[in-house]
Amino acid sequence: MNSLFAQEVPLSWYLMLSAILFSLGVVGFLIKRNLITMFMSIELMLNAVNLSFVTFARQWSAVQGQLFVFFVMVVAAAEAAVGLAIIISVFRARATLAVDKLDRMKL
Amino acid sequence: MHLILFFIFAGFCLAGAINLLLQSHPIASALSLIVVMTSLAVLYLLLGAEFLAAAQVIVYAGAIMVLVTLVVMLLNAGREERTHGSHAAWLVGFPAVATILAVIATVILHLQRMGVAKLGDGITSTAELGTVLFTRLLLPFEVTSVLILIAILGAVALARRGNGEGTAGK
Repeated sequence: MNSLFAQEVPLSWYLMLSAILFSLGVVGFLIKRNLITMFMSIELMLNAVNLSFVTFARQWSAVQGQLFVFFVMVVAAAEAAVGLAIIISVFRARATLAVDKLDRMKL
Repeated sequence: MHLILFFIFAGFCLAGAINLLLQSHPIASALSLIVVMTSLAVLYLLLGAEFLAAAQVIVYAGAIMVLVTLVVMLLNAGREERTHGSHAAWLVGFPAVATILAVIATVILHLQRMGVAKLGDGITSTAELGTVLFTRLLLPFEVTSVLILIAILGAVALARRGNGEGTAGK
């Protein structure tokens, strides 16, 4: 049991998890057909990148890496507010959230 | 202990992310995204980022996801109909994702100098973080406050009824 408590995790596993989460976010953005779920996939990608920032901050013992995550969070909050307001006004104008029906700007 | 916690919460992360893709109801996707974000907070804690773990729970899993679920409920977003999607996504998107993941994975697996994370060492205290934030990064910090102000004004202006084309809501 004592050896179990002393286990350590290579930081590259965290990076691997971050890469997989990012890819899942991209796949979600491609296969989802609903504005809100596409928005959530973008949030997932942002979170994945934050995880690799924190991992590298740990690797190089750099505080700036963690502060960058802090700034990403602030920008993500601003982005969420504006993005959801845009979604609401799109819904008001078109009464739909399906991206296939929002094709007025298509050639 | 660290290994066990890592596997548990990395598993939660991946399960939540995959569930986000599989669910067809937006509210179910939003709830699985909350699972992902909360497990990420635990992973931050394992990496010694105390402040970020708290901020992740409060800002992401709290504020942002409340906003998202509120919009889902406000717009009464129902089950999404699955369509085939665009050809560009199938032809370019998925191969590109697979390539990016493969490249990143090979690079990571060949990294030699990456360290290991143990429970209880390398913890960054909030005081340390604050010192750097309010000395070296003071200007970006102040600029983000302006950004937040502009974003709030923009959100209010966009979501207000009866401007431009959005008169259908009146």
